Amino acid sequence: MSLLTCGDGQTGSADGTSRASRDVTIPNKEGLHARPVMTFVDLAQKCQASVSVVNLSKRGEEVDGKSAMQMMLLEATQGSVLRITARGVDAAEAVAALAALVEAGFKTDSPQQPDG
Amino acid sequence: MDVGVLMKLSELIHKPSIVPELEATDRNGVIRCLVQSLADHGAIDAEPVDAIVRAAITRERQGSTGFGKGVAVPHVKHSSITKMTATIGRSSHGVDFAALDRAPVYIIVMLLSPAEAPEEHLAAMERIFRYLQREKFRRFLRQADSQEAIIDLIDEVDELQDD
Repeated sequence: MSLLTCGDGQTGSADGTSRASRDVTIPNKEGLHARPVMTFVDLAQKCQASVSVVNLSKRGEEVDGKSAMQMMLLEATQGSVLRITARGVDAAEAVAALAALVEAGFKTDSPQQPDG
Repeated sequence: MDVGVLMKLSELIHKPSIVPELEATDRNGVIRCLVQSLADHGAIDAEPVDAIVRAAITRERQGSTGFGKGVAVPHVKHSSITKMTATIGRSSHGVDFAALDRAPVYIIVMLLSPAEAPEEHLAAMERIFRYLQREKFRRFLRQADSQEAIIDLIDEVDELQDD
């Protein structure tokens, strides 16, 4: 069972405008390449909250954390700082889960996969 | 160096290797065809083709590069690759890439990168998706049924792109 889940709790405000944000550093050598993006998007899509991500190290645009294509635009290399922002009923939970995923180097408890 | 800003798609895509109508109807066949095309047209050596194809298929099994909206970007970082190169394949019938949105894939961009250049690889991916996320570009690419038409489209979008 993964600790990286989303959408079960009721931590947001009743009007659904709850907002949460957190900055995380990309720890893995290969950066935010395709597979981590897919893992991230997979989790983000399970959240009710909208998810946006900015690569603060690149001063790039804000992209939709639920779109794999947009996430690839972040061009986030190792050491890049991402700001993850969620808006919606499970915003706090979404940000916590997504930040944990990034900080774990995108490793979930699925079978081991080499980086790259 | 900020290669993401400098790189043009027309510099990344090896134009003679573009396959405007893929005959292969399955993911592995498409990957083989595109890698072989890069070798046949001199973009990469012929010797590592089998190894690169195997690596690309293994990579797909670990997680699909079907990003949704009819697009897949299979890719490999391989020690035999000294200079990043890519090609485009187009399928009119659609190929099952086990894509994120489960939909068939019509545009396949095959990207081969050197083993130890993660920044360059990410910059190339950024460039590829900067273009592919445009609905119009995807639509025109899907309709481009000759190598010339695909090359024209790439050149055209390169001129438009100014970020």
